[in-house]
Amino acid sequence: MKPSPLRYHRPGSIDEAVGLLARLDGEGKVLAGGQSLVPMLSMRLAAPAHLVDINALPGLDRVEVTDAQVRFGALVRHTDLLAHAGVGVAQPLVAQALSHVAHPTIRNRGTSVGSIVHADPSAEMPAVLALLGGTLRVASVRGEREIRAAELFVGPLETSMAGDEIAVAVHLPVRAPGEGTAVVEVARRHGDYAVVGVVVQVRVEAGAVVSARAAYVSAGELGEVHDFVDPVRGAPAEEAPWEACGDLAASVVAVEPDIHATAAYRSELVRGLTVRALRAAAADATGEAGR
Amino acid sequence: MTTDEGLDVTVRLRVNGVEREITVPARTLLSDALRHHLRLTGTHVGCEHGVCGACTVLLDGRPARSCLMLAASAQGHEVTTVEGISPADGGLHAVQQAFVDCHGLQCGFCTPGFVMTIAAYLEENPDPTEDEATEAIAGNLCRCTGYQNIRSAVLRAAELRRAEGTE
Repeated sequence: MKPSPLRYHRPGSIDEAVGLLARLDGEGKVLAGGQSLVPMLSMRLAAPAHLVDINALPGLDRVEVTDAQVRFGALVRHTDLLAHAGVGVAQPLVAQALSHVAHPTIRNRGTSVGSIVHADPSAEMPAVLALLGGTLRVASVRGEREIRAAELFVGPLETSMAGDEIAVAVHLPVRAPGEGTAVVEVARRHGDYAVVGVVVQVRVEAGAVVSARAAYVSAGELGEVHDFVDPVRGAPAEEAPWEACGDLAASVVAVEPDIHATAAYRSELVRGLTVRALRAAAADATGEAGR
Repeated sequence: MTTDEGLDVTVRLRVNGVEREITVPARTLLSDALRHHLRLTGTHVGCEHGVCGACTVLLDGRPARSCLMLAASAQGHEVTTVEGISPADGGLHAVQQAFVDCHGLQCGFCTPGFVMTIAAYLEENPDPTEDEATEAIAGNLCRCTGYQNIRSAVLRAAELRRAEGTE
């Protein structure tokens, strides 16, 4: 349970960091909060020859909120993003999801951008990025580029980032009028990995449902967003037949058995949690529309 | 601060208020640096992958798992271990006294992590409800007592802190 021997680098600027990663030619791994990477090093599931610690890079700990988007840098800790009042107002889904991310002690150190690019199917933040259609900004010696959520997730623990790229920030759209969101999970203890979790967004116009979408945690494909509006399109938000969306979800969201839950139980959770989350998001949307 | 092209690193950090400088292999976890290099064995190492919470220390005042951090990443930070939270007169911290009062430990292996977690939690929420106390300790594992007495210790520590504040 100790990391294998490695070389440690602590660059002081982005230029130095991307230069180093280019020179290391795939042998370097970026270290930010380390709450997923360090256990993988200790269990030797990962054994990079070089670690590039980005904790000394300036400017990556900033959170910015504009009229159009919320932007958080690669060194913003979950705890700070969760407590950020401006983000809470501009895109409430962020705090709704982050309160489910691990325990406070882990959130103090773990970064939200790191959690997204770690691309763990049992993590909440990749689902948030996918559902909101956010973008990831990455840097390398070739300059900076943006990767849209739909192009980011390749598979479990795998993204379309190149080996010499550093994730520098995530951009999420702010909540639009008539939108509501919710995150509902079942976990064995509060803060543990969800057996199943669902992250949803509902849009309501003039009291009627016009959009109902969901992304899943520990179920479905990483980065997949489902559209469940068909059974509820045009229905009044307060009494839409959400159960039909739950049935639809249980029929299309792929689930796997593991030591914690059978596939049948997971599928029931998908059904039940989807209904609960959509109903909560609709209530959230009408509250927002009423203001 | 990097020597031998990064295989060994020299790290400067503050531990319990004292400036320290250590040279350790780059792969050294902060938990091991505290125990083996600084001989502060109050920080216990249980699971070594961030699940049990026994190694919890304060990093710049906030609880963090010392096994989920390389010592090298602690460069320039302030680390507080269980050795550093007792008052200067040699007495017990309110949380430690509460564990004694409530029989919050048996073997004591997990206790330093609980004490650090709860001490920091009460700074943020000095008057928790029973449910909040339960949630506050959800990230730490104890294999002997069960959690009732530890939860009682959270509430008792809150009482003791309030009494200290009014003295």
